[in-house]
Amino acid sequence: MLKIENLHAGVDGTDILKGLNLEVKSGEVHAIMGPNGSGKSTLGHVLAGRPGYNVTAGSATLLGQNLLEMETENRARLGLFLAFQYPVEIPGVSNMEFLKAAVDAQREHRGEPPIDAVTFMKKARETCKIVDLDPAFLKRGVNEGFSGGEKKRNELMQMILLEPRLAILDETDSGLDIDALQVVARGVNAMRSENRAFVMVTHYQRLLDYIEPDHVHVLADGRIVRSGDKSLALELEARGYAWLEEEVA
Amino acid sequence: MSDFMQQALDSAAASSPPWLQDWQRAGRQRWNASPLPGRKTEHWKYSSLQSLQQSFARAEPGDVELAAAGIDLPDFDGPRLVFINGYYSPLQSACELPEGVSIVRFADADEEQSRRIRAHLGLATGRDEPLFTALNDAALAEGVFLEFAPGARLSQPVHVVWVSANQAQAFSINQRLLVLCGESSSASVIEHFAGGIGGQRSFTNGVTELLLQAGATLCHYRLQLEQEAALHIGRVQARLATNATLNSFHLALGSELKRVDLVVDFCGEGGHCEVNGVYLPRGREHIDYHTCIEHRVPNCTSSETFRGIVGDDATAVFNGRIHIHRDAQKTRAELNNRNLLTSTRAEVNTKPELEIYADDVQCAHGATVAQLDEQALHYLRSRGVSRTEGEVMLSFGFINEVIESVRSAALRDYLQPMLASRFARDPALVGQAS
Repeated sequence: MLKIENLHAGVDGTDILKGLNLEVKSGEVHAIMGPNGSGKSTLGHVLAGRPGYNVTAGSATLLGQNLLEMETENRARLGLFLAFQYPVEIPGVSNMEFLKAAVDAQREHRGEPPIDAVTFMKKARETCKIVDLDPAFLKRGVNEGFSGGEKKRNELMQMILLEPRLAILDETDSGLDIDALQVVARGVNAMRSENRAFVMVTHYQRLLDYIEPDHVHVLADGRIVRSGDKSLALELEARGYAWLEEEVA
Repeated sequence: MSDFMQQALDSAAASSPPWLQDWQRAGRQRWNASPLPGRKTEHWKYSSLQSLQQSFARAEPGDVELAAAGIDLPDFDGPRLVFINGYYSPLQSACELPEGVSIVRFADADEEQSRRIRAHLGLATGRDEPLFTALNDAALAEGVFLEFAPGARLSQPVHVVWVSANQAQAFSINQRLLVLCGESSSASVIEHFAGGIGGQRSFTNGVTELLLQAGATLCHYRLQLEQEAALHIGRVQARLATNATLNSFHLALGSELKRVDLVVDFCGEGGHCEVNGVYLPRGREHIDYHTCIEHRVPNCTSSETFRGIVGDDATAVFNGRIHIHRDAQKTRAELNNRNLLTSTRAEVNTKPELEIYADDVQCAHGATVAQLDEQALHYLRSRGVSRTEGEVMLSFGFINEVIESVRSAALRDYLQPMLASRFARDPALVGQAS
């Protein structure tokens, strides 16, 4: 589904990713762990096409299509979803209208008519229940005045409504208490399927107690330096990252 | 003085009630004695009166079918008064008044009512009144006195609609609204300007006086939705007694010349006002808001937010004055103006003007010309929304933040879809990310 080869990318001429390779197959859940500054968040931003991030070498394809040459919105319509670590607040744009515009854009891409407002409202309310968010948040501005946890739930709600093929969760667990973490885990686990893959970028092993990964990778200095199964995460939890960085150096 | 109003004034003088005639004469004297302000007059520096340099006849009475004139009025579920070119239209109005409200047209006032009108008329505008208010006095034949009784609490707004409907030659309308809010009353008034769709030019000189007695709360909305043929110079002058609260909202779509002066006068302690507004000129339109908050007494608060989107070759002016007098200690005043320019030819002149003579006050102000936020746009696009649609959403969001401050849900429900659809249609309203 996702294939990244020798990816070099950075911001303002500084290389952050330095030859990253990763393959994610449909149905799989991958976890990417690594110390601060290793390039974990950069990976998500580059794949989503955030302005300011430049790719200098390598390739990334989703479902066989070259992601790096696509406009951000077309990546999303193809089925890419990035749950932001820091979702943007957009006062004045109602959350409900934003969600409907996003769903309609995907439907248009598939040649379907816009979803009717009543059906969508019902669906959005039901999704609020799944992510444990008060439906009053639908009427607020996008993420406006939401707490950290509420923003993460709102990301999760978007993921559920948009039904992506590949979801990248950028430190969705950070700043969440244990109840919220379980809500996120339930949401992700309910969406796991043969046709969908997840990449979870995380700092801590904790999330992986609730969402069991098929593969765990360690990112250090812009490259994946070790891959394994979930036992690798436990080893990192026990020993930290320093030994790996030394080993690689 | 240019004589572009003479014909209209002669005609008004002939038809006005006798008890207003001395008032008219005084206004006309002042009008005749003063020159029209030019570019060298500070407060008219950016607004040319060139488009008034033609003869305007007094508007003729005559009813029109609103729908045929392209005007679709929302129903706010309260009393509605409709004036066509300054003349009351009983056919279009729905005047079942709830308890605690009375409405009298100047032309219909009996002796007692005319005494009451004279006792309050001009209280808010003051003696040292500006030129176009003098013109309004001079032409004062038709006016409306709207009174909320002490203690009255109205849930539905009073909807006053001023329509400019095309006539055979260029015409002028001078209208006056006098609102008296009795002690501890609570009410809403929506002033709604419509029409001006093609045809001959109209020039409206509309003066609104708002008198809030102790403890009164008034929501005053002034929607300037008239279109290209409607020139407008307007003034809203509010006077707040002790513990009175004014919530004021302004919206202007453009025409060749629209100028509104808003003055809020705090005359008793404990007053509060919130003044918000949105202006959206495009094409070759011009919109000018001059606001002035007079903090004369201690312990009053004011908060003001105006936002504008200026497109094509349009120009906008925002001049926000806060005047804190020497005795007005413990004043808190905030003023914010943000603008979005959607073309390289569009222009805005924005100026906060602070005059502070008291030392124990809090005052904050800011005026900026902004662009759409690139990160916000990226966020929308990362969910599949196209760049174009994202820019429409963010541009509408830019002004919708102010629309959301409108307290009347019925009015919000009218404005939001109406404006959102304009943004979807009209690229001149849509900005770009930096």
